[in-house]
Amino acid sequence: MEINLLSFGQIVDITGKPALKLSGIDNTDDLSKKLIELFPLLKSIKFSVAVNKQVIQKNTLLNQNDTVALLPPFSGG
Amino acid sequence: MDNNYSNSRYQKQMLLKEFGKEGQHKLSLAKVLVIGAGGLGCPALLYLAAAGVGTIGIVDFDLVEISNLQRQVLYTVADIGKPKAETAAQKLKAINPEIQIVFYNKQISNENALELITGYDLVIDGADNYPTRYLVNDACVLLNKPLVYGAVLRFEGQVGVFNLADPISKIKTNYRDLFPNPPDPAYNFSCNDIGVIGVLPGIIGTMQATEAIKIILGIGKVLHNGMITYNALENSFYQFDISPNEEAFMAIPKDTPAFLTFNYEWYCNPMHNFEITVEFFKNLLSTEQLTIVDVREHHEFPIVDDFIFKKIPLSEFETGIFSISRENKIVLFCHSGKRSLKAMEIFRSKFPEVEAYSLQGGMLAWEKYKK
Repeated sequence: MEINLLSFGQIVDITGKPALKLSGIDNTDDLSKKLIELFPLLKSIKFSVAVNKQVIQKNTLLNQNDTVALLPPFSGG
Repeated sequence: MDNNYSNSRYQKQMLLKEFGKEGQHKLSLAKVLVIGAGGLGCPALLYLAAAGVGTIGIVDFDLVEISNLQRQVLYTVADIGKPKAETAAQKLKAINPEIQIVFYNKQISNENALELITGYDLVIDGADNYPTRYLVNDACVLLNKPLVYGAVLRFEGQVGVFNLADPISKIKTNYRDLFPNPPDPAYNFSCNDIGVIGVLPGIIGTMQATEAIKIILGIGKVLHNGMITYNALENSFYQFDISPNEEAFMAIPKDTPAFLTFNYEWYCNPMHNFEITVEFFKNLLSTEQLTIVDVREHHEFPIVDDFIFKKIPLSEFETGIFSISRENKIVLFCHSGKRSLKAMEIFRSKFPEVEAYSLQGGMLAWEKYKK
């Protein structure tokens, strides 16, 4: 199973690309663990997670081709 | 002249069937407060004033600097050193003398936020820092005012509409539903640190003005319970839906007294930046003159004889604080390191310029470290 990962803002600096594909991940909790494993710097950044354009607050099951977005806050004005 | 505005000025927009005379009338009655007359505020203000929003409030305490001119398009070289809010008000008045413009050359704070916002129908967040964003959000939640949010960084921007109920589901969300907790300041980037392309706040600020006009007129699909991100380099737009987050809602001050005492500066710059470990403390003891304060109550043990300290129990800290010498670095300690954090918060709110630290783990950690 493969999911699409979109990164925004300063998270792109850490993941290296605005879009990535990841496989073997069943839910967003697993994804968080996997992301920290792949990109340890993500641990220190706060961001929200959206699955298929819906911002989530708890562990969410992921299906084939789901799109997960990592959204950090910006403060610039 | 019709009502308080001239038809010829607004002819082009009044031709729109969604607008018409009625829409123009609604705009003329609307009161919009713009927080921050910077990169986002300038374009938002320009278009709101040009469109004929009846009353526009501008809050900003900053002065115009040359580095602002790259994106803060209301200002000119001649304005450098002048207050932004007042200067912006003059420019808008020159564009549209038919509207009311009120400027506040001050920083929005706990003390003035509710009073300022209460007189307006809608707020535009063009702030450039997290404490102000959380403060404005919470004030809007308390006062039940729609908030049009915008933020930019480098080539990316975010825009959203908070605290405005969906007409069908009646659900409404706010900034904290999207970002429940402020980021760690150590990893918090600002435009001052890593930059922003000038057109970006132009686009996002204009989108904020667009949402504000749609809300006032009651037309179109408003971005409530949602956020759009725009990436100028990639030419990509993404729209996200937001749902209420109960835990985040709990963090919002529940009433005016709670709001007045909520320290947003502190909330967004967490205390762990001002905590020191026992190892670091030991090192400081041997290298620097310190003023050490025990904030435990009078009867508490163990009695410490490893260093000289002053005793000001937390229960008396508010009044005792003035007896602390502020010449040296200050280290506060208690039993486990929690009350000293609280004392630190009080101390820093009174004397933000003084370097003061809380001993992590308190006497428990110190005793353990000694052995």
